[in-house]
Amino acid sequence: MTALLDVRGLVVTFPAPGSGLRRKRVHALSGVDLSLRRGHTHGLVGESGSGKSTLARCVLGLQRPDDGSVVFDGTEIVGLRGSALRDIRRRIQPVFQDPLGSLDPRWTVGRSVRESLDAFGVGSPLDRERRVRELLDLVGLSPDHADRHPVQLSGGQRQRVGIAAALASGPDLIVADEPVSALDVSVQAQILNLMARLQRDLGVAFLFVSHDLSVVEHVSNEVSVMYLGKIVETADRADLFAGPVHPYTRALLDAVPVPEPDARLVHVPLSGDIPSPIDPPSGCRFHPRCPRRVDSCSRELPALTPVEALNSTGHTPHRVACPVVLPARP
Amino acid sequence: MTAKSIPAWVTAMVRAFFWLPRSARAGALILVVLAIVTLLAPLIAPHDPNAIDPTHVLAAPDLGHPFGADALGRDVFSRTVYALRTSLAIVFAAVAVASLAALPLGTVAGYFGGWVDQVISRPLDMLLVLPALLLAITLIAIVGPGSIVAALAIALIYLPILARVQRAASLVVAHAGFVEGGRARGWSSLAVLRRHVVPNALGPLLVQAAILAGFAVQIEASLSFLGLGTQPPTPSLGLMLSEGRDVLTQAPWVEIFPGLAIAVIVLAFNLLGDGLRHRLDPQGMVS
Amino acid sequence: MLQIDDVRVRIPVTGGRWVEAVGGVTLSVGSGEIVGLVGESGCGKSTLGGAVMGLLPSGSQLSGQVLLDGRDLRGLTAEEYRRVRGNDIALVSQDPSASLDPTFAVGAQVAEAIRNHRDIGRREARERAVELLRAVGIPDPGARYSDPPHRFSGGMKQRVVIAAALANDPSVLIADEPTTALDVTIQAQILHLLRDLTVRTGTGVLLITHDLGVVAQVCDRIAVMYAGQVVEQGTVRDVFADPLHPYTRALLDSQPAAHHQSGDLPVILGQVPDLTDPPAGCRFAARCARVHDRCTAAPPVVETRGGGRVACWLHDALPPVAQEAS
Repeated sequence: MTALLDVRGLVVTFPAPGSGLRRKRVHALSGVDLSLRRGHTHGLVGESGSGKSTLARCVLGLQRPDDGSVVFDGTEIVGLRGSALRDIRRRIQPVFQDPLGSLDPRWTVGRSVRESLDAFGVGSPLDRERRVRELLDLVGLSPDHADRHPVQLSGGQRQRVGIAAALASGPDLIVADEPVSALDVSVQAQILNLMARLQRDLGVAFLFVSHDLSVVEHVSNEVSVMYLGKIVETADRADLFAGPVHPYTRALLDAVPVPEPDARLVHVPLSGDIPSPIDPPSGCRFHPRCPRRVDSCSRELPALTPVEALNSTGHTPHRVACPVVLPARP
Repeated sequence: MTAKSIPAWVTAMVRAFFWLPRSARAGALILVVLAIVTLLAPLIAPHDPNAIDPTHVLAAPDLGHPFGADALGRDVFSRTVYALRTSLAIVFAAVAVASLAALPLGTVAGYFGGWVDQVISRPLDMLLVLPALLLAITLIAIVGPGSIVAALAIALIYLPILARVQRAASLVVAHAGFVEGGRARGWSSLAVLRRHVVPNALGPLLVQAAILAGFAVQIEASLSFLGLGTQPPTPSLGLMLSEGRDVLTQAPWVEIFPGLAIAVIVLAFNLLGDGLRHRLDPQGMVS
Repeated sequence: MLQIDDVRVRIPVTGGRWVEAVGGVTLSVGSGEIVGLVGESGCGKSTLGGAVMGLLPSGSQLSGQVLLDGRDLRGLTAEEYRRVRGNDIALVSQDPSASLDPTFAVGAQVAEAIRNHRDIGRREARERAVELLRAVGIPDPGARYSDPPHRFSGGMKQRVVIAAALANDPSVLIADEPTTALDVTIQAQILHLLRDLTVRTGTGVLLITHDLGVVAQVCDRIAVMYAGQVVEQGTVRDVFADPLHPYTRALLDSQPAAHHQSGDLPVILGQVPDLTDPPAGCRFAARCARVHDRCTAAPPVVETRGGGRVACWLHDALPPVAQEAS
């Protein structure tokens, strides 16, 4: 089966904040490959500066990469303009983190949900009204909510509106950037369930960006771990969480707080600070903090390499960007 | 009359009035009264403002001339009413022109940033560093004096200030999720500007325009006082101050009433501006 | 150490009404102990922290007792409270950037925290500040003493805030979401540091957080708050292994990490009650899966094995908590 989304060698830099003639650049993405299959969820995890949100923005066509390609269902979307871009946008829709900031405070819920229908001129105004009511019902809101304003809703309700607005144009892919981070745990569970149900019923694929490994583990089919603009490990969900290989993935999994009685923090999983993406380390981006580093790590930038031996499910090759931990080739 | 026959704009105005804080309502009320006075000037003024009456030179206020008469025997009350009309028209035109120009410039500069911002903002910054009156006097020296030129001069002084405020507001809104969302939902950048950015960024501009309108009355008066604005015999508040200065000791009313009118307008605009700031600019973008 | 006894906080809102943000909380923090206070937004956990720090919104009403080393903090004057704050109790809050003055050297801010409460010379305060910066893991503290906060990362700033908070060996530290703004690997460093330092100095910590995972990582005991009340408390091991209150159970169940697989997460239906008019009985009753008739009356607080307590009618066979002499 061909991939719905195929990202190859994506590079994004932008000017660092501040001023001056020779402004430094933020290296947000330094060569990223990722693929996502139709109807699947690909989880993207990483800490500050990992570039996960920049990757999401590239897929949405909101950020133009310096180099690389983003192929959606056979169409290169980098460099698309005008009506071609609009056609693609109809099929790739965003859900944002802050449910309040992602809804125009002056608009009613109905108008926000209808925004893409209006943009693409779908149906008659009456059809659109009916569709808005269907969508609200689909995400578990009542038709009355259409006339309310965002401030009159709870955080969970706002995120339901955000999801309804994303679904309006009938997308094949939803790019969700930290969709549950601003929500309380009990509300978070409701939204995650909703997204899972929509995926089952509508077959929509998700690129799910989050800093929260527990959430990513729950929702994803495949997972990629990012660190300072590079993907360090990609695998099927079960493979990655059962057998993490890259030293960063292992440390990240160690650091995640799990609400279980034996989850005591006995040692610091990873010392040192995350370096700035303005001046990233040479070679492997992770080497200054890595417990397994060798001399060559500061010189050579490791590539994502498939590891047959680690692949238990056979769907996605388990790929790791670390020569040190990989078993020696025959 | 039933509730249904009240036009929508009237109910909207009434609702807007009660949405204002109490002090701003006073300012709005004063401005509405002044606007009515200027619109109905021919009906309200008891005399022709330019009619010279040698029998009433520097006459003290009485029933026939409630504000007295000036050195040419002209009725000060009638002249003040007409002067209000001139001054308010100039101020309104100046602030409207400046706001209408600042709105697209500031919005585009704030939203797009980068070189677009540089191209728009740097020339405006250069206008901003020149002293306001010097700027106005230079323009008038080139084009020649008159009411329209005075209005344009004030608009030129205000354009960079208003554009800056609009730029800052637009910059803040540009980073909101719903703006990116609008683009991802299939709208062009210009459509997103119109649908999301401008409506959400308009508040600070309105506040700044109301506050500046008060000062515009003073600038207009200064220009006319210097003989660079409205030309005699058309009455203007600044001109009247200038004329009244010569007879200040003999007939203070020639000076006092136009002066009071200026003070009242400035106060009214400031009350309104402060109230709008309270409602529309909670982040305090307007200095 | 810190003994909070039947504390209630009412905060005025518009229209002459009151929100009962904290509705009768009894809780203690012992020496060298980390107690996790967890709950969702608006449950009153931060207000309780504010009540202990003497930093409630103006016009608030506070009843009950807040005893610090046996001394009731409620009757203190503003000046007396100022001397207690930063000396006997200290605060670490969520945003380290807001806690540090951006225009002053970080070392000077730690030294100032010491000199505010102790009559010592500048040089001595400086030496002690450098010592503290070293203790919280700032590399090369002597050289970095003079750096302004913006030269530090978020994690390093939070270390400086902790250094300033611990400068005067407080009996109790209130840590209000101290790692929420930090990345997860940095969070682990800060939590580890916090536990390490408090165990060594004997400072008790009230760790306010929304993250049950953080509680599992570093706390000794846990108190779960819902709608202004503590519904269950006990050792972390007991409560996580066998939560007795339906809310605690539902909260733990709704965590994706507890499942390790897909499938629907259990959810808590309904809304938090309006605290301007809290329900008379159990405040969780309207959302509780195991609600029954008795829940319209306030539930008994009973003692569980292991010295915990739970406020729920399901467990009224357990012995009631003895009234503590105060």
